[in-house]
Amino acid sequence: MNVGAVEMLESRQDFIATKGKQKNQIKCDADSIAGCVSQRACVYCGARVVLNPVTDAIHLVHGPIGCASYTWDIRGSLSSGSELYRNSFCTDLKEQDVIFGGGKKLTAAIDELVAKYSPSLLFVYSTCIVGVIGDDLDAICKSATSRHGVEVLPVQSSGFIGNKAAGYRAACDTLLQLIEPTKQIWSKKAGSINYLGDFNLAGEAWIIEEYLREIGIELNVVFTGDSTYAKIKTAPQASLNIMQCAGSMNYLATKMEELYEIPYIRVSFLGLEDTADSLRRIAAALDNVSAAAKAELLISREIAKTKPVIDWYRGKFAGKKAAIYVGGGFKAISLIKQFREIGVEVVMVGTQTGRQEEYDTINELVDEGTVILDDANPAELERFMVSKGANLLVGGVKERPLAYKLGIAFIDHNHDRKHPLSGYVGAINFAEEVYSTLCSPVWNSIRKGDD
Amino acid sequence: MMENEMKSCRNVNENPCNMCMPMGGIIALKGIAGSMVVLHGSQGCSTYMRRHIAEHFNEPVDVGSSSLNEKGTIYGGAKNLEQALDNVRRVYNPHVIGILTTCLAETIGEDVERFADEYKQKNGLQDFPLVTAPTPGYGQSHDEGYWFTAKRILVCLTETAPKHDRLNIVIPHISPADIREIKRILGLMNIEYTLFPDISDTLDRPHERPYTKMTSNGTALADIKTMSGAAATIQMGVTVEDSFSPGKYLKDTFGVPLYRVPLPIGMAGTDQFMETLQEITGQPMPASLAQERGRLLDGMIDSHKYNFQGRGMIFGEPELVYSITKTCLENGLHPVVAATGSRNARLGELLQPSIADGGEKIHILSETDFCHIKNYGEEAGANIAIGHSGGRYLEERAGIPLVRVGFPIHDRVGGQRLLSVGYTGTMLLLDRITNTLLENKHKSYRKKMFEQFYQAAN
Ligand code: SF4
Repeated sequence: MNVGAVEMLESRQDFIATKGKQKNQIKCDADSIAGCVSQRACVYCGARVVLNPVTDAIHLVHGPIGCASYTWDIRGSLSSGSELYRNSFCTDLKEQDVIFGGGKKLTAAIDELVAKYSPSLLFVYSTCIVGVIGDDLDAICKSATSRHGVEVLPVQSSGFIGNKAAGYRAACDTLLQLIEPTKQIWSKKAGSINYLGDFNLAGEAWIIEEYLREIGIELNVVFTGDSTYAKIKTAPQASLNIMQCAGSMNYLATKMEELYEIPYIRVSFLGLEDTADSLRRIAAALDNVSAAAKAELLISREIAKTKPVIDWYRGKFAGKKAAIYVGGGFKAISLIKQFREIGVEVVMVGTQTGRQEEYDTINELVDEGTVILDDANPAELERFMVSKGANLLVGGVKERPLAYKLGIAFIDHNHDRKHPLSGYVGAINFAEEVYSTLCSPVWNSIRKGDD
Repeated sequence: MMENEMKSCRNVNENPCNMCMPMGGIIALKGIAGSMVVLHGSQGCSTYMRRHIAEHFNEPVDVGSSSLNEKGTIYGGAKNLEQALDNVRRVYNPHVIGILTTCLAETIGEDVERFADEYKQKNGLQDFPLVTAPTPGYGQSHDEGYWFTAKRILVCLTETAPKHDRLNIVIPHISPADIREIKRILGLMNIEYTLFPDISDTLDRPHERPYTKMTSNGTALADIKTMSGAAATIQMGVTVEDSFSPGKYLKDTFGVPLYRVPLPIGMAGTDQFMETLQEITGQPMPASLAQERGRLLDGMIDSHKYNFQGRGMIFGEPELVYSITKTCLENGLHPVVAATGSRNARLGELLQPSIADGGEKIHILSETDFCHIKNYGEEAGANIAIGHSGGRYLEERAGIPLVRVGFPIHDRVGGQRLLSVGYTGTMLLLDRITNTLLENKHKSYRKKMFEQFYQAAN
């Protein structure tokens, strides 16, 4: 393949680095460049990802229909109770609403939904045009709250720069607003923790909850996987926050420390190493000797079960190279470590919205020559996957067909996956998925006739 | 919650059955050879739509965005759009660029047509084919977006041309497999044609190495230019409003005779297409197609008693809903609901005679959502749903099995390979429907009979 044929844009060069070559830092956290076919989503999307797993809430999109249509039930978050969150509600703004304002329609929509479903909580998301037409979401929600005695909370996600991170923050602001008004002095439940940044995709939060239960630690509420209105309200009573997926939850953790004096630690349950390390650190942070001892039992039992399986796969992956292109930096970092565990070399790492300190960590973790890139586009992904000889790409739905067209194996790492990747079971699933695609016989047919 | 769901909200769309206008525009533009699309507006819109399309077709779908930021929103987005076009031209080297607007660009009043003229002037690109289509997401649905953009392509690119013998075949948004089938039929009839817009290859490409970002397939630019000189236009679009109709445009502007036919789905629908071809070209139906027709007849008889037990809810894009509803009717499967998320008055008008035929009521819903579709369908005892994968909601919540057809299909593979047009395609579609009815019946009839006759008696 003639790599030179893939045109690179000069304006994009600061966003791309090769470890060992450049001295300067990679540029990130900037607006996408027009026409670069960025893979980024919008602020609303970021907010929706974070809040969607709140199961007994009505999620009402104040905006035109497309925004709601493209986000209807696309997340694989599971619920142990209400299924209300899996509906798409939208004010379906039309031309006249854009001209005359959509406030009245929104008020009527809230009234109708409250009458029909009697929910305990409504989230009202603003989309890009709402900021321009100037509907006063705050006022409308406030008045609806007092009219119905139901919490109607605005999510200020109307920014339109292609950045999910701003949406994460908008979502966290709304969550804080939800926790706040109780003002009730929560007596701390000793040893009880909140788990931030797990969306219970394919039951991942349940897996972690079970681990914690086994070592004698009570999980108070998960933000936001399988959470409910009532559970979120109890957040202040926890004595520790553990945080996964820093991109979306860092702000919430810091705020909760400030407001409710809940310290937080970062954890990750992706891969054997991180899972064991996280369990140990949770026990240590709680000063819980018994939990620490039980954690060791759990770890050695699970490792005994898991390690041989992983090692078998490891043997199959010798010499294979992976490329990573995911949403946030946390995910990328976890994946680099996971690939190391299964013996796959990482030759390219990119994220849509990684932060500077995450890129620093990535740079430390990867080998010389690895390409690191921010807000990449398909042309760049193609160029570097091909030139670096990647055999496998980890990415989202949009990247999958590109990988396949290039004859490269693919791992889905998006919010829609149907199998858990967390904990020990997740580590095995990960290796198994890598095997299923990297070592599939279909590539033999495709390479037939080569040389 | 169950009885609550019967109430339906007026100010809320509850589980959407349609997408937004630029989405349809992208599909139409993807059917033009060497084309690239730029959405003028928020970055997120293009990402959503790319994901939505890529997941259905399992193809890379590259769409640029002008990635408007706050500044662009206040001072106008021309600079962003200019940069977008520059970059897209450099990386993709397209032969045509389509500029579609999204909600944001329209809300701040961007004039893309003027922009396009200025851009051409400034860059010495007077002859570069640039298509502009204002497609505010809040304006209409993806269906109108498709038709309107298709028409805009002709408005921007078709020139006066000498008369020639080719036929214009203008098609709605159908699967690549359907398009290939229509081409096969035209080939069997030895007809020269310009099929427009043609996504049969651009969104369903064979695996090739090395991979190239652009393919030369799709409707050729040269052919689009001369659609004005065609012997006639056959437009498979009876539900399309005149103001969005590509065929109507060619007729009014260049005097190309227009034949409006429904999609060739169902016996009558396919017959109408074949008769139109025969009428225009004077050629008879080839023997091989007559055989296919005979096999369809044979199959319809084989399945008629099973189909008679079906009560269908049909939903999706108006053109497809019309043709499938008619196909159900001609096979004795009663359509209790025929619904579209688009605002379409024609669908109701066209189906009216079928209702007046004295049969049972058909609920014809326009600008509707799945909440309404489900309510009407359940009330009328629906036992089969036919439409895109949004209908999995009906399957899950109401236990009504779904036959997947149309766009999008996100929870199964092969949406691009589903064949439903022509005599052979109709047979395949009908089999899918009949077998779904059978499967569902076999799943439960032993239990049902046991409960009804044994348990009740003892
Ligand atoms: S409805 Fe408007 S804002 Fe939403 S995705 Fe469509 S064009 Fe973009």
